[in-house]
Amino acid sequence: MTAQADVGYHARQYAPWRWSEPAFWIIAFACAFLFPSRYLIMTEIVRLGLFALSLDLILGYAGIVSLGHAAFFGLGAYSAGLLALHGIINEPVIALVAAGLVAMAVGFLTSFLVIRGADLTRLMVTLGIALLLEALAERFSNITGGTDGLQGIEMQPILGLFAFDMFGRTGLFYSLAVLFLLFLLAWRIVHSPFGLSLRAIKNNPLRAAAIGIPVNKRLIAIYTVSAFYAGIAGALFTQTTALASLDVFSFERSADLMLMLVIGGAGYLYGGLIGAVVFKMLQELFSSITPQYWQFWIGLVLVVMVLVGRARIHRWALFVPNFVIRQVAGRKAVVALSDNEAP
Amino acid sequence: MSIALETRGLDKEFGGFKVTRDLSLQVATGARHALIGPNGAGKTTVINLLTGVLEPSAGRILLEGHDITDLPVHRRVLRGLSRTFQINQLYPDLTPLETIGLAVSERLGGGGNWWRRMGTRDDINTEIAETLSRFRLLDVMNEATANLPYGKQRLLEIAVAIAAKPRVLLLDEPAAGVPEGERKDILAAVAALPRDVTVLLIEHDMDLVFSFADRISVLVAGALLVEGPPDQVARDPQVKAVYLGEAA
Repeated sequence: MTAQADVGYHARQYAPWRWSEPAFWIIAFACAFLFPSRYLIMTEIVRLGLFALSLDLILGYAGIVSLGHAAFFGLGAYSAGLLALHGIINEPVIALVAAGLVAMAVGFLTSFLVIRGADLTRLMVTLGIALLLEALAERFSNITGGTDGLQGIEMQPILGLFAFDMFGRTGLFYSLAVLFLLFLLAWRIVHSPFGLSLRAIKNNPLRAAAIGIPVNKRLIAIYTVSAFYAGIAGALFTQTTALASLDVFSFERSADLMLMLVIGGAGYLYGGLIGAVVFKMLQELFSSITPQYWQFWIGLVLVVMVLVGRARIHRWALFVPNFVIRQVAGRKAVVALSDNEAP
Repeated sequence: MSIALETRGLDKEFGGFKVTRDLSLQVATGARHALIGPNGAGKTTVINLLTGVLEPSAGRILLEGHDITDLPVHRRVLRGLSRTFQINQLYPDLTPLETIGLAVSERLGGGGNWWRRMGTRDDINTEIAETLSRFRLLDVMNEATANLPYGKQRLLEIAVAIAAKPRVLLLDEPAAGVPEGERKDILAAVAALPRDVTVLLIEHDMDLVFSFADRISVLVAGALLVEGPPDQVARDPQVKAVYLGEAA
């Protein structure tokens, strides 16, 4: 084998399909068939997974920290709600894409603020943008319904064929299909030269520029894509619950998202999905024990994870998800965020 | 004689303190030019000005006759000006294959492609293979850079700069901190640079400077003191006084 063919072969091996990946998706779709009484919570997990995937694109690959990712989730949610409520776009899939594009446009515009400065600046800017949008949504209550939220949203059948049912069956399969397609797209993106250049920028922006990578342009591009993903997640929220209220912009939503990525690990795409499953399970578990104070336990988990060290926690408490992580992530497994990236 | 890289009256101030003073430097095409000077003479500042990491307070920088003073870092690289760093600036999590691949794809115009899978363009693969084998990195190409021995990392640092196919290469102390046993690999790599690449070497190590350079500029306190061929610079009483004089 010539050195050239060799290099190409090895480069392609950096992005293999592992047996565990089809297995992951088969299990995901199988769950949808196996637990008909749990459609709603599974839909929520899928939505959260997509939302966490969008944060992983900027945090895990490009190293952009954000505490305001709910901004784009909220924009997607309200856009989808308004489109359906006023009958502007009745077909859910087209409305979904349109809502994603609205979030994407705002993502593009605000990216110029976000790429300036270092981590702390970015945390504050992203947080500020989300708070700003929340305040705007409250101020223009004639459009958004204010604290009552959008009410009376009625969803038309998907593609004119599949009507949303009261059990949430259609909603779940619809969400899963959207997640799967967007995951495939994200997979292509992060394993492309563009995706590799993002990891280079995260590793060492100085060197990245010194080999000719237009650092700012790449960061703007991925931030914009990530906003699109978050917008789609928000639109799915509105479409599957027929609700959109101010809390779509809330700080807690952005913070929970960061927590999910910390649990699942960033930088290999499945972290957000696994994190969403674990987070939701923990939330269910804790709220069944103490309905009022489940947040106490979530908070405790976070503190313990950061103090005891995620590596150790992952080895013991999260053995099963960790095992899954190693199967799907393999060599490049970043089981947890490194310490300097902790929120 | 054509000029590959030129500065005209370059000044750099940090809060009123002049680090670079009225520096006018000409590096001839194909030259092996060394920039030397005592600690704190502002050598690294000059590199940062040339590459665009710092913005000059006054003066112009010309690459092959074109004014590049206002171009951002990555644009200068695509114009053919590349550098190595005194302290390795690599990607700890990426492998040499990925590191070189990035530089090659960026130059051949495939770096922003978000749909193509890596390793599927033959022209890029060929160049990666050439560069890796030239710097004897083929056997470690799949190791994370952070796990490579320091000498290999140093070679990779030079290899990345070369992968950008520069017409002008700035070497910032290429042998700095390399253990004696791995030194000869670095020196061989520097000596084997293609003749049509213009090299500006910033160096402390006088053996390396005098074995490599055909022209030397001496920088003292941010200003050009003397410039000439190595034997003339070595004999210059001013240079002896401020620089070599410390040891004599």
